[in-house]
Amino acid sequence: MPDDDLKLPLLDQLEEGPWPSFVKDLKEQAKRRPQVGQLLKQLEQSYEDHWDYWRGTAINVPGYGGGVIARYSDLGERFPQVAQFHTIRVIEPPGFVYSTDALRQLCDLSEDYGAGIMQLHGMTGDILMLGYDNEKLMEVSEALMEKGWDLGGSGNGMRTIPCCIGPARCEMACYDTLKLTKYLTDKYIGYLHRPEFPYKYKFKLSGCGNDCANSVSRSDMPVIGTWRDDIQIDQEAVAQFVKENGPDWAVRNVTSRCPTHCIHLSGDRIEIDNRNCVRCMHCINVMHLALAPGRDRGVTMLIGGKRTVRSGEMLASVLVPFQKLESDRDYEEFSAIVERIWDFWGEHGNEHERVGEFIDRIGLGAFLDGAGIVPDPQMVTNPRSNPYIKFEEYAAPRLEGEPHKTANVLEHEPDREEDFEGK
Amino acid sequence: MDGKGKKQLAPRDNGAPDYRKYLHPAMERNYGRWKYHRDIRPGVFVHESESGESLYTVRAGSPRMMSAPLLRRACDIADKFCQGKLRFTSRNNIEFQLEKEEDIQPLIDEIGRVLGFPVGGTGHSFHNIIHTQGWLHCNLPGTDAAGVVKSLMDAFYEEFTHENFPQRVKVSTSCCTINCGGQTDIAINLQHHHPPVIDHNNTKLCELPKVISICPVLAIRPDRLDGRNTVEVIEEKCMYCGACHAQCPALEIRDGETDTLSIWVGGKSASTRGGPSFMKLATWGLPNNPPRWPEVADAVRRILKAYQAGANPYERVGEWIERIGWKNFFAETGFEFTKYHIDSYRWARTTFNTSAHVRL
Repeated sequence: MPDDDLKLPLLDQLEEGPWPSFVKDLKEQAKRRPQVGQLLKQLEQSYEDHWDYWRGTAINVPGYGGGVIARYSDLGERFPQVAQFHTIRVIEPPGFVYSTDALRQLCDLSEDYGAGIMQLHGMTGDILMLGYDNEKLMEVSEALMEKGWDLGGSGNGMRTIPCCIGPARCEMACYDTLKLTKYLTDKYIGYLHRPEFPYKYKFKLSGCGNDCANSVSRSDMPVIGTWRDDIQIDQEAVAQFVKENGPDWAVRNVTSRCPTHCIHLSGDRIEIDNRNCVRCMHCINVMHLALAPGRDRGVTMLIGGKRTVRSGEMLASVLVPFQKLESDRDYEEFSAIVERIWDFWGEHGNEHERVGEFIDRIGLGAFLDGAGIVPDPQMVTNPRSNPYIKFEEYAAPRLEGEPHKTANVLEHEPDREEDFEGK
Repeated sequence: MDGKGKKQLAPRDNGAPDYRKYLHPAMERNYGRWKYHRDIRPGVFVHESESGESLYTVRAGSPRMMSAPLLRRACDIADKFCQGKLRFTSRNNIEFQLEKEEDIQPLIDEIGRVLGFPVGGTGHSFHNIIHTQGWLHCNLPGTDAAGVVKSLMDAFYEEFTHENFPQRVKVSTSCCTINCGGQTDIAINLQHHHPPVIDHNNTKLCELPKVISICPVLAIRPDRLDGRNTVEVIEEKCMYCGACHAQCPALEIRDGETDTLSIWVGGKSASTRGGPSFMKLATWGLPNNPPRWPEVADAVRRILKAYQAGANPYERVGEWIERIGWKNFFAETGFEFTKYHIDSYRWARTTFNTSAHVRL
């Protein structure tokens, strides 16, 4: 029954103002789905009391270990229609692209079984569909899956993967972010649905160093597009840029802002010392009619980013400076690196230890040994400045005479399948 | 409880939807062939392809939480103007795409009339705020998210629909110290002010070894109380991070009376110029003041005014502060620098000024 008397002294104030009001929209929806009215009433109570009234727990759709964010209301007696008010995470189309048919299908499913409210999108890229009780949760999951959608990740597994718009609509994209998103999601869908890691593992995929997916600060494994040949220069467009903006402006805002001072304006021509270019994207962003990423493109893989909880903020750091990502074999090489990391971290990581925290605990050197990755100076801003080093080469033999090795070291595994041939 | 009498679901593992079916036809034809883009006006830009085709994009700010009827109206617009395709951005905007330049204004008018959404949030503007669930649907928050965002976007509506900053301004909010939001130019985060209060009657709900081991500063140890297993928190060690609360609701870190908000500045994910950077504390002790949080908008406006007046073109907030120094940042914003601004956690020493470089 619609709730005609939805007077909310505090939330009503959020109906005012020029920005679209979620309160106004939800009040409208409350006429169609009364549970939305109770949701607003509970929120009003939170605004009044400065207190939250949701309790979280785990509910799983059979066969899945995640994808449902279960919420029970502490005020269930007063607001019985939100006593069980769960969210279901649904894997988004890579690049957040939709046909209106697909989006309407989600709208229908969201209203047929639940409150008919959605968030587009959650922090890991999922479509969030809100407002299902225990029973409807199972029914909507079944209906979603029958129509080809799938549940997203939660808990200690691989999470749903978001990416930037990439080559679908961006000239800066150095690899196919949408294709890699679908490839990783489909290949590792078992790790997404049935969590078995020490803690969550997030990929975020950005086509270039502009990092529109915010991968460095928010994912365990950022994958960022790059190139290894020279920046493409259209000198005629450079001359036009200099003519329009003046050489002083170009020096102040383009060349002098280069972090490695590798770009120079000479008359109305640009010269770049490509060996020292770090692919930061600044000059290309500003002079995007004249400059473009090189043609020999691939990705830089980073490791260990996360937000605050437990050990504090961590930005991810370089793991593989350059990896091609075009042929099937390139994709297999990429996956082999991911799987070695999962094997090693999965075996030795502590409960609730993100891979960045794991690296902090055991050291990046030991991590590289364990994951079978060769150390590279691009992984650090500088080599160590403290002398406390345990050189394996100089370690005394152990009692049995066996050579000393750092704990947790796996043998370096061959990258390519044919390396196994003849063994 | 889970669908009695119904067929047991089997995992389908459908995976990610096939995005190729959902691309705008011009995106499909020119996939990987885009040459460059130009800004047309705030919220509107065009991409040019090697093929000679142009694709115009109109970006509209959404409140993220949307009802099915509202989304269907967005679909109606996409059917009328955009060949039945639309997309979303990571900052919760809806993007409508056009092949004809003359459709831009009619589309913008339709978006305003049918959805009430503003067009903007591109380039050097105040971008749409990324945020979390808050009191609306999370089990851990000390404040709301959607309401804070609505209030801030009302306050900075003009800044969203115009591109008047030296560089883009990205903002996030978080409702607890887990901080689901990203590293952004300006962030609004919640602070707790005492150790968790333990409900010893309910610790049996939790796996206590996990509760003990999740504490980053080893402040939790096992305890016995009236013959029951429970934990105690060493108050001097606890830094009020709330990691234990996420693990076990019986350790309540939140406090509706004392929790406050703080403002952080200078975060950035892009590798441009100096590379990614963390946010740093700008000011603290703002009241958690629903439904409008006016003190937060005031503090953000102080930062934006100083940034707009002092930053060079293309400098993000953090780069501007790095150039003018924190002394000048605090002078120009009027925020007080206190001992709490000095880091005391891991890597604190890396933030000390170890040179004789001072601005006098």
